[in-house]
Amino acid sequence: MKTCLVVDDSRVIRKVACRILHDLAFETQEAENGAAALMACRRQMPDVVLLDWNLPQTTGLDFLRALRGETRGNHPVVVICTTENDASRISEALDAGADDYVMKPFDRAILEAKLAEVGLAR
Amino acid sequence: MNLNDFAYLEELARRRCGLVLNDKKLHLVENRLLPVMRRFGFKDTASLFRELRYGHEALIKAVIEAMTVNDSAFFRDRKTFEEFRDIVLPALLRDRKGIRQLRIWCAACAAGQEPYSVAMLLEDAGLIERGWSITLIATDINTQMIARAEQGLYSQFEVQRGLSIRRLVGNFTQEDTQWRISERLRRMVTFRAFNLLDSFGWLPDLDVVFCRNVLMYFDHKSRASVIERVGDVLAQDGALLLGPTESLTGFTTGYVPAARAPGLYFKTRPAPLLRIVSN
Repeated sequence: MKTCLVVDDSRVIRKVACRILHDLAFETQEAENGAAALMACRRQMPDVVLLDWNLPQTTGLDFLRALRGETRGNHPVVVICTTENDASRISEALDAGADDYVMKPFDRAILEAKLAEVGLAR
Repeated sequence: MNLNDFAYLEELARRRCGLVLNDKKLHLVENRLLPVMRRFGFKDTASLFRELRYGHEALIKAVIEAMTVNDSAFFRDRKTFEEFRDIVLPALLRDRKGIRQLRIWCAACAAGQEPYSVAMLLEDAGLIERGWSITLIATDINTQMIARAEQGLYSQFEVQRGLSIRRLVGNFTQEDTQWRISERLRRMVTFRAFNLLDSFGWLPDLDVVFCRNVLMYFDHKSRASVIERVGDVLAQDGALLLGPTESLTGFTTGYVPAARAPGLYFKTRPAPLLRIVSN
């Protein structure tokens, strides 16, 4: 079973995302900030990280840069999940090592399509 | 809407564009008429149908357009585009390397997502830089959809469906909350409003036809007619791409399905003429 780490400071969004991911046959973990997310990755590197841009303390991009510096940190597919839809911000996320980008609000169809594009769902 | 009006609409849609309406979805049909009623200023469906029966051409056109399904997405049914990229395109590039010319038709392009997806794949293959001449024609019966496709402006929701972020930032520019296709890709596609029941006489000989998720809404006779006439404009080694759940079984023997590629058909070459040798 594929694993997904959902990183978002909103409990509701984590819950919604996890429900969709369970339906798509993913095993999920949750983290509410960058530090907790990095610890979760060190324990078990997931196949995919669904990452909120605006996290408390450190931003999603700070976490992403730290993750890519970890052993096996290049392994997970990272999908940034945010309301930021400015082209320059998207480019910034790609430069930081993001693989794809989902704008909030998202639904099952969009998430499934994104995961399929990165080869993680049918 | 009463059943008489529905029967009239059903016949009109069948006659004008081969479209089959399902009376089990009467409420859906009524919902699709609402924007037409607003646009033409009718207060109820009864007055709309009265005018429709007078043969008001602009109204007929608007009603037919409202009955068509325009749902689409970039790279919709990814497997079809993989089949095009991995099976159809390499064979054509090999067989056409002498003339360096490719002619492709997207027969029901809705708001343009399909032809622009094809254009992106052709661009990935670097054909224009290598001197290939590309003709990419995209048609749809719905004139509003064609106008939208030519504009190439899509909402956030539309670009999220099927486009990777790299394709988005590489091929679109942001305009407020919307995204516009690059001029480079827009220029690759020629759009035209066209009813598939009309003559194909204006089309050039084609190497590939995308005719996805449209024949399923047609009656049997119209479906057979379109399939036969696509065969007339398709090159002898040309490919026809249908939706993954669509099939030509029972319609024609003029095509062979590709192995392990649902929806992909190649035109069958005519059997060589027998040479009678007498001793």
